[in-house]
Amino acid sequence: MKLNITSSPHIHSPITVKTVMWDVILALLPAGFVGIYFFGFKALAVILTCIISALVAEYVAGKVLKIEFCLLDGSACLTGLLLAFCLPPATPLWIAAIGSIVAIIIGKSVFGGLGKNVFNPALIGRAFLLASWPAFMTSWSPTVKFLSKDWFSLSGKIVKGKEIIDAVSMATPLGYFKEQSLTSGAHFFAKVGQGLIDSTGQVHKMGLWDMIVGNIGGCIGETSAVALLIGAIFLLGRGHITWHIPAPTIITVAILGYVFGSDKLFDPQMMFIHLFCGGLFLGAFFMATDMVTTPITPLGRIIFGFGCGFLIFMIRKFSGSYPEGVCYAILIMNAFTPLIDRFTSPRVFGKGAANG
Amino acid sequence: MNELLAIIIATVFVNNYVLSRFLGLCPFFGVSKKIETAAGMGMAVTFVMTLASIATWFIEKFLLSIKVGGHDLSYLRTVTFILVIASLVQFVEMFLQKSMPSLYQSLGIFLPLITTNCAVLGVAILNIQNFGVKTYWALIKTITQGVGAALGFTLALVLMAGIRERLELEEVPACFKGMPIAFVVSGLLALAFMGFNGLKIF
Repeated sequence: MKLNITSSPHIHSPITVKTVMWDVILALLPAGFVGIYFFGFKALAVILTCIISALVAEYVAGKVLKIEFCLLDGSACLTGLLLAFCLPPATPLWIAAIGSIVAIIIGKSVFGGLGKNVFNPALIGRAFLLASWPAFMTSWSPTVKFLSKDWFSLSGKIVKGKEIIDAVSMATPLGYFKEQSLTSGAHFFAKVGQGLIDSTGQVHKMGLWDMIVGNIGGCIGETSAVALLIGAIFLLGRGHITWHIPAPTIITVAILGYVFGSDKLFDPQMMFIHLFCGGLFLGAFFMATDMVTTPITPLGRIIFGFGCGFLIFMIRKFSGSYPEGVCYAILIMNAFTPLIDRFTSPRVFGKGAANG
Repeated sequence: MNELLAIIIATVFVNNYVLSRFLGLCPFFGVSKKIETAAGMGMAVTFVMTLASIATWFIEKFLLSIKVGGHDLSYLRTVTFILVIASLVQFVEMFLQKSMPSLYQSLGIFLPLITTNCAVLGVAILNIQNFGVKTYWALIKTITQGVGAALGFTLALVLMAGIRERLELEEVPACFKGMPIAFVVSGLLALAFMGFNGLKIF
C-alpha cells in the first residue's frame, strides 16, 4: 500500500482548480456563441486555433521546462479561449496561434506554470500581437448575417457580385469615435444611427440594442454585454469571482465617462458608450478577476479595480495610439499587484501595528 | 503649468526612461531585488538627476554653446557631461558624508553607483536637445524633466522589485531562475507600459 504523507489541512474542498477553470469556460460560452453568431465561421476558427495551440504549447513547455501541468484542468484551454475573445474575428490563424503560444510559454510557463505567473497570460498574448502585427490586430470585420454565404467564409474572404474581396473592415464604435474626433455622445449616436460604412461601401446601421447584444464591430468575445453579464452572474453565483474587482472597475469607468467623456461635462450617452461599446465587461469580469494576477485582500482588490477603471478611461480618452485600453490597463495593474498586496496585507493577530 | 505637468506625465509614464527608452538598465536589474533598496536607489537617482540636470544646463549655456568665430563646443557635450556628472556626484558624496551623515547613510552605496548611469547622462543630453538653453523657462522645464525621469525610474524599479520579491517565493524552472526570469519580467513590464503610448492629456 502506498501512503501519501502530506501536511494539513486534510479536509478536501469540492472546489478545485479544475472545477473553477471549467466553470469559467462555461461562463464564457454564451459570449462565444454570440461572437460566432455575429462574426461567422471565421470567429470559430480563431477560437479553436487559439485553444489547440494553447494546449500544444502547454504540453511542450511542460515537458521541456519540467514543470507540473495538466491539460485536462482547463487552464490552458481557458487562456486560449480568453485570448481568442480579445482578438479581431478575422485574425489570420497563424497570428492567433503565435499569440496563444506566447501567452502560454512567455506569459505562464517560464514562471513555473499555473498559479505563478505575474501577468494575465491571455492579455500578454494580445499585447504581444498588438505590438508585433498592429495592422492585423486593428482591422475589424463588420458583423455578417447569420447563415449567409459570408457567414460560412472561413478566411474572411467574401464574394460580392463577381469580385472576391479578401477582407472587409469597419471601425469599432470606440475606434470610430476617436478617428472622427467626435465630441459628444449625441453626435456619436447621430452618426451611428445613419450607419458606419465598411471598406466595401456597405452601410451598417446600429442602434442601442445592437450595442447591448453585440451586433457591432469588435473583438470576438467582447461585443455582447448581455452574454458576458449572464456568464458573470453565473460566476458570481458560484462564488468564483467577487464583486470587489469588477464593481469598482465598471463604476469608475461609468462615472468618469459620464462626467468627463465628452467635451462638455456630464454626458449620459458617453457613459453608455464607455460601458457597452468596448471590452469593459469582458475585461472587468473575466480578465481582471484572474485569481493569480490580482491582489488577495478585499481592500487590495478594490484598489486594483479602481486603478483598472481609471487607466481604461485615461487610455480611451487621451491615448493617441489606442481607442481601447482594457488590455493594457489590466496588465499595468497586474504589475502593481505585488505592491498592493504588500501594503494591504492584514495585520497578523497578536503582533504590533508596525511592520505587520 | 500645463506644459510642466505634460512633461512629468511624459517622462514618468509615456517615455519611461527604463521601460520605454531602455536607459539605466544596470541599476534596474542590479538593485531591484528588494523594495526597500529599490526605493533608496530611486531617491538617490532623483537627487542626482535633478542636480545633474541643473549643472549640465549651466555648463551648456555658459560654456558649450558660446560661439567663438562661428564655432561652438557642443560636439564635446557627451564627454563633458560624463565628466561633470561623475565629479558632481563624487563631490556631493563627500559633502554629504561630512555635513549630513544621516542622508549619506541612507543613500549609502547607491550614490557612487549612479556616477556613470546612462539614464542620468541621457536625461542631461535630452534636456538640452528638447528644450535648449535660450531662456530660463527652459531651465525650469529641464529641472521638471530631470525630476520626472527620476520618478519614472523609481516607479519602474519599485514595480520590478515587488514582482521579483514575489518570484523569490515561487518555484521558477531551474533554467529561468534569477536573472533570466528578471529579463522576461522586464520585457513584459515594458509590454504593459506600451499602453501609455501616445497618451496626451494636456
